[in-house]
Amino acid sequence: MAMTVHVDIVSAEGALFSGLAEMVFAPAEMGEVGIAPRHAPLVTRMKPGEVRVDLGAGKDPVDIFISGGILEVQPDLVTILADTAVRAEDLDEAAALEAKQEAEKAMKDRASEFEYAKAQSELAEAVAQLRTIQKIRERSSKH
Amino acid sequence: MAVGKEIRTQIGSIKNTQKITSAMEMVAASKMRKAQQRMEATRPYADKMRQVISHLAKAHPEYRHTFMIERDVSRIGYIIISSDRGLCGGLNSNLFRKLVREMKKQQEADIGLDFCTIGGKASGFFKRFGGNVIGNAVHLGDAPRIEDLIGTVKVMLDAYKEGKVDRVCIAYNRFVNTMTQEPTIEQLAPIVATEEDERRHPWDYIYEPDAKVVLEGLLVRYIESQVYQGVVENAACEQSARMIAMKAATDNAGELIDELQLIYNKARQAAITQEISEIVSGAAAIGG
Repeated sequence: MAMTVHVDIVSAEGALFSGLAEMVFAPAEMGEVGIAPRHAPLVTRMKPGEVRVDLGAGKDPVDIFISGGILEVQPDLVTILADTAVRAEDLDEAAALEAKQEAEKAMKDRASEFEYAKAQSELAEAVAQLRTIQKIRERSSKH
Repeated sequence: MAVGKEIRTQIGSIKNTQKITSAMEMVAASKMRKAQQRMEATRPYADKMRQVISHLAKAHPEYRHTFMIERDVSRIGYIIISSDRGLCGGLNSNLFRKLVREMKKQQEADIGLDFCTIGGKASGFFKRFGGNVIGNAVHLGDAPRIEDLIGTVKVMLDAYKEGKVDRVCIAYNRFVNTMTQEPTIEQLAPIVATEEDERRHPWDYIYEPDAKVVLEGLLVRYIESQVYQGVVENAACEQSARMIAMKAATDNAGELIDELQLIYNKARQAAITQEISEIVSGAAAIGG
């Protein structure tokens, strides 16, 4: 039997493929790469494109389209982490700015020092309330 | 019969509340199933990511990214994940309590703190008690998307890269099962290697195009995926906690109604008995 390597293809939304393969082709950033078993350790980014998993003679290869991601290769393991979100530097920058503004909006005229005593007493109160409710329930369920 | 009417009104209003809580319980139950499925679906990515990162932490790279270098800690950044809505028992309170306990320790060690909040309850919490909040994301809905988190995470990672914070931690509720949610605080950066089989020889990856670019992309995605996983788990926790809380509320309302019904029946019976005895004694007076 031909040598095989374990392949896992996952995206943030779920597992896409997991199993043994004789060869994996992936669209690496520097051009398409073919990974055979016992390949040297490699990490690379991937472009949008097609990943082809060759399962061996007599079996249909598996084709999966990905929109970029990361490829990690160990001698006995190939892991493909596919992206789902569209990524670009300026998009990320805009998102970060939005999060900052959101924080400023939410925290308007707020003390910048955390008030430990106040927070602790309020939380203790909330937990005590819950505990009391539980106790009442336990008592009432006894009779 | 004044007493009887009052009690009847009270029973009526409790019945209305009970209808609402039992509807909320059912809604939470169906949302919980979906949230759990979502959590199961995203777990492989987070796990594989963690595995790759742990390989990386054991490699002997010539280039070391800032996310891989331990620094002396003078300031810590927390990413805090909470629910947007309340009525889910002690879910958020328990998390905040654990967090405040830890924050207190840091404060005593003279370590500064920055926060990124995800979810309405966390931002409300810091709004009430103060604290340096540098990023915020609310209204993620039932199906949180990774796009909604990129900004908040980036604010924290930028602070880390610029040296404003020396460690990034995440606080969220870990889903154990429907009955149990565990408030959890984990370190995200610098990365921590998990225990796994050691590969014996010093080795390093081949990086394409080069180590800096690849590691940057990989580590940012790693942290995003862990935060996303936290958000998804927290959502599943929220729904199951709400389901339990609403079930308890519905049961309580049922008990209250039973008790009030008993009091009402007794009062009615007492009134009838009184009327009869009045009639009887009246008749006896005339007859006598």
